[in-house]
Amino acid sequence: MVQIDNQYILTELQDKFGERIYNSYEPYGLLTIELDKNSIKEVLQFLYDHKELQMQFLTDVCGIHYPQVVGKELGVVYHVHSLINNIRLRIKCFMPIENPAIDSATFLFSSANWQERETFDFYGIIFIGHPNLKRILNADEMDYFPMRKEYPLEDGTRTDKDDSYFGR
Amino acid sequence: MIESLALNNKSEKIDYNILNLGPTHPATHGVFQNVLKMDGEIIHETTSTIGYIHRAFEKIAEHKPFYQITTLTDRLNYCSSPINNMGWHMTVEKLLGVEIPKRVDYMRVIIMEFARIADHLVCNSIIGADTGALTGFTYVFQWREKIYDIFEEVCGARLTTNIGRIGGMERDFSPACMKKMHDFLNDFPKYFDEFTLLLERNRIFMERNIGVGPISAERALNYGFTGPNLRAAGVDYDVRVMNPYSSYQDFDFMIPLGTQGDTYDRFVVRQHEIRESLKIIKQALNNLPEGKFFADVPDFFLPPKEEVYNNMEALIFHFKIVMGEATVPVGEVYHSVEGGNGELGFYMVSDGGRTPYRLHFRRPCFVSYQAYPEMIKGSMLSDAILTMSSMNVIAGELDA
Repeated sequence: MVQIDNQYILTELQDKFGERIYNSYEPYGLLTIELDKNSIKEVLQFLYDHKELQMQFLTDVCGIHYPQVVGKELGVVYHVHSLINNIRLRIKCFMPIENPAIDSATFLFSSANWQERETFDFYGIIFIGHPNLKRILNADEMDYFPMRKEYPLEDGTRTDKDDSYFGR
Repeated sequence: MIESLALNNKSEKIDYNILNLGPTHPATHGVFQNVLKMDGEIIHETTSTIGYIHRAFEKIAEHKPFYQITTLTDRLNYCSSPINNMGWHMTVEKLLGVEIPKRVDYMRVIIMEFARIADHLVCNSIIGADTGALTGFTYVFQWREKIYDIFEEVCGARLTTNIGRIGGMERDFSPACMKKMHDFLNDFPKYFDEFTLLLERNRIFMERNIGVGPISAERALNYGFTGPNLRAAGVDYDVRVMNPYSSYQDFDFMIPLGTQGDTYDRFVVRQHEIRESLKIIKQALNNLPEGKFFADVPDFFLPPKEEVYNNMEALIFHFKIVMGEATVPVGEVYHSVEGGNGELGFYMVSDGGRTPYRLHFRRPCFVSYQAYPEMIKGSMLSDAILTMSSMNVIAGELDA
C-alpha cells in the first residue's frame, strides 16, 4: 500500500507527463498543477484510470481571467477529487484570449456539461467536443462574456451613481 | 437535438406533444423551465432551461468586501442560509489562517444542523404535498418556523440570515435562545415521529415513490451528485466526515444510506439525517465549551459598540471593517461544507485586495440538476414533478 499524498500524485504525474506540467504548488495544502492545455484530456483520463489514485469525481470547473498575463489570459480551473483516498487535486490550464479553446471533459464526466457551459457563458472559453456548448445562465443574445475583467460591475455610462468616495 | 432522437423511431411515427413545464409552474417550486417532449403521458425527452433568477453573484462578489459577500451566500440555497453563511466565513478564515475557538465551532454546528433540519423538512414535506398528502406539509412547517425563531434570536433575521461573522458569531446564545433550542429538542421529535408515521411506512406513499426517478451510484457520481441525493444512491460521501470542518470530528453521528437512488430513498435518507442532526445538536449543546464566541481577528470582527464609542482603536477598526479596508493574504483556497443538498464549495482566489479576485461557488444543485433529463426519461409527467421535488432543486442555488 503506497502512501497517497500530494508528493505521490505529483511524482506520478511528472513521471507520465514530464514537461507538460510546468508548475506546481500547494496553497493551503491542496496540490495545484499548471498544465499544458492540450494535455487536459489525457491527464484527466490518467487520473481516472490510475489504480491507486482513482480520481473519479469532478468537483468543480470554473474559469478565471488574468488580463495582465499576456498569452495566458484565460484559465480553466478543475478540482478533481479521489473519493477513495479523500485527496483533491486542482488543475489549471491557461490559454490566450485570442483563441480560448480547450478539450471538453464531458467525454469522462457528465457533470462537466453544465459547468463548462457556465464557464463558456462567463468567459467565452470554447470547449472542444462539448455536446451542447451554449449559454446557460445568461440570455442567448448576449454578445460579450461578462466575467472578463474588462467589464465593470455596472453600466459605465450611468451618471446617477457616484461611488468614487467609496474607493469603487 | 430533439430531431436527432426521433431518428430512432423511423418505422412507427409517433406524434409527440411539446409541453412547457415552467418557468412559473407551481409544482416546480421555483423558476425552472423544462420543455418536455411527450408521448402521451410518457416523457420522451427533456430540455432544461435555467438562469431565470441569475443574479451574477460571482461578478458582484469581485466588487464587494469580504463581509458583504455573506449576504450574497444567503441567497444561494435560501432554505438553509446559515450553512452557506458559515461556509463562507470558514473560507475567509481559512485564507486568513485564523484559529477559531471551540465554542464558536460548536455554536456553528448547532446553527448549521438546525438549518439542515429546516432544509430537509421543506424537501420531505414537499414530496408529501406533491404526492397529494398536504397534511404533513402543514404539520411540520410550524417546526420550521420554530427553527426560524431560533435564528431570529441569534441574528435577528429568519430566512436570509446573514448569521455569524468572519471570526465567530455576532453574539453569544442568549438565555431565551437556549430555551428555544431546548424546547425544540424536547417537542420536535414527537411531532416528527407523527410525520414519519404519516408517510415513511405509508403503503400508498411507498407505492407512489419507490422506483420513481432512480439513478445508479455510478451515474450519480459521474454527474457530480453530492449530499442526500448521492447517499440515496448508496455512496457514503459526506463532507462532514470526509473533511471535517468546524469540529465535526467531535460528534458521534451516522451517515444514512439508501440503495436504489429513487425518490423514496432520497426521502428516507433525509428523514434519517434529520434524526442524526438532532443527535448532533444535543451533543453540541450538552458539551458546549466555555469561552469566547469570537476569534481574535480585529480586522474582520466588529468590536463591541461601547468600545467603539469610547476607544479610538476600536473606532478605527470599526470604520475599517465597515468600509472593507482589511488586508488579506495573497492565495487561493477551496473550502467546502455539507450543505442541505450536498457539497457547497467556495473557490476563492485572493490577490490581497479588498475584494476576492475570483470567487466561484460550487453549488450542489447546479451540478446535480443536469442529471434530471436522464432521470425522468420514460417516466410519467407526475413522476417528473416528484423527482424534481425529491432532488430538492432550489432555484437560488441553481442560478447563483
